[in-house]
Amino acid sequence: MTRTSPGRVVAWTLLLLGGIVMVMPFAYMLSGSFKLNSEIYELSLLPREPTLDNYRRLFEKSEFVRWFGNSLLIGTLTTASVLFFDSLVGYTLAKFRFRGRYVVFVAILTTLMIPTEMLVLPWYAMARNFHWLDTYWGIAFPGLMTGFGTFLMKQFFEDVPDELLDAARLDGLNEFQVWWQVAMPLVVPALSALAIFTFLGNWTAFLWPLIAITDRNLYTLPVGLATFSGEYQTEWEMVMTGAAVATIPTILVFLLLQRYIIRGISMAGLKA
Amino acid sequence: MAGRLTDLTIGQKRAIWAWGFLALPIAFYVAIRFYPTLEAFRASFTNWNIVGRMEYVGLANYARLAQDPAFWKVIGNTFAYLGLGVPISMLVSFVIAYYLDRVHFGHGLLRALYFVPHLTTAVAMAWVWRWFYQPPPVGAFNVWLTSLGLAQMPFLRSTTQALPAVLAPAIWAGIGFQIVIFLAGLKAIPRNYYEAAEIDGAGAWRVLFEVTLPLLRPTIVFLVVTSSIAYLRIFDYVYAMTNGQGGPLDATKPLVLKIFETAFTHFEMGYAATQTVVLFAILLAISLVQLKLLRSR
Repeated sequence: MTRTSPGRVVAWTLLLLGGIVMVMPFAYMLSGSFKLNSEIYELSLLPREPTLDNYRRLFEKSEFVRWFGNSLLIGTLTTASVLFFDSLVGYTLAKFRFRGRYVVFVAILTTLMIPTEMLVLPWYAMARNFHWLDTYWGIAFPGLMTGFGTFLMKQFFEDVPDELLDAARLDGLNEFQVWWQVAMPLVVPALSALAIFTFLGNWTAFLWPLIAITDRNLYTLPVGLATFSGEYQTEWEMVMTGAAVATIPTILVFLLLQRYIIRGISMAGLKA
Repeated sequence: MAGRLTDLTIGQKRAIWAWGFLALPIAFYVAIRFYPTLEAFRASFTNWNIVGRMEYVGLANYARLAQDPAFWKVIGNTFAYLGLGVPISMLVSFVIAYYLDRVHFGHGLLRALYFVPHLTTAVAMAWVWRWFYQPPPVGAFNVWLTSLGLAQMPFLRSTTQALPAVLAPAIWAGIGFQIVIFLAGLKAIPRNYYEAAEIDGAGAWRVLFEVTLPLLRPTIVFLVVTSSIAYLRIFDYVYAMTNGQGGPLDATKPLVLKIFETAFTHFEMGYAATQTVVLFAILLAISLVQLKLLRSR
């Protein structure tokens, strides 16, 4: 297994080169964000006179800071809701025996087959009637629960032993406490994976926020970034700075939680 | 009442808890998933401009769609994204995963390099790629082409090059996910299959085609289906790289952008709903093929 043949060295080197090519767009984005406008047309990766001016200019625009905050707020609220409800429903479907259980499960599973693109038109009509357009609630409401998360959590709650839950019931905990205090701590790895996916999914979500919001103050980061074309015509260093601010948080999350993310994706892929 | 409650069996009490837990979620799924789905189907048979009432027109929208050259154009584009995107991304990600699976030194780092693009915001990275595609002296690609003595390329400004140019970052962002799934699939293959093949004296290519690929079949089916669905729904990269136009001359416009325009630029909600039904039908057909392929083993 650990033999070092010339073929292996070549394969390893090619893999590394390919990997470097993969992260090149980030390298250029970052280097561009630290360059002066006069230097942006030079292709060198290291800025001659690195500057933080672009970041300062970007954050001085209160708009951009708001967009960042909007994305953060919506991502956090949606993730909290998904973690709570998807695991509650997943737990109920995994651990309770009652008539209608199977019907509810299949019904939630079928929602996975319905593409968002089909739902956005009725959502828009609904949001318009209830005056939810141009509100945070209007951006968030379609994603408060997900069939995917429910399915994932159900799979994990199935592995929680019933004896443990029964013991907690004998101790006098009610069903809600059994779920919250006993079962939930046992599925923390799955919860963290679901939290990461949900947050990233909302952080990058584009189609629905683009439809639901026309007030620039309520734009999420991706929607705001999409309007950069008019604003910073040829100021590529400003565009790169905006792109970097949108991307850096997700890369940091990845570096911190790499293990959970990779394991979560592998699990989800294998269980699906 | 209190006496009644204590009379309930444990099973009945549990069922009450269960329905209590499910009450709000059921209301959510009915109101935010099922009802809108039915509404989309219903709207597809109507003339509806969002402000007024829905006016039933039978199959008129479907008939109009069948004769709309702009619709067939976007269907062609959408399947071009699929036809190029799926084979290219599958091949590239399999080759990388195949070799990455055998690498132990620096495995985590290499995997991270390939995976990171998957986590990015499409709109942000679309800007970076747009920058690369600019004419010289701005765009890196054209500067490199020139320095190699090759002709400059118009990329996003050309009706023939724009679609592959928009597809490239989508593939770039997607293969990280496919590699991770392939790696999980490769790891799940029991070692003794390889050992048995080695004892039989099978060469690397025979092992690949007679052991690895057949055993990876569920993984391959899963990835072909998920990536097909992703390319059929392509939107973010196209919108962000073409200023929401799908240009030049509709050369990059996919079905979802056409739906978006029909609904929110022209406010023809009924006609847009008809297009979403077509999208749904295509996606459903692909999922059914997946089920069939996975069952017939």
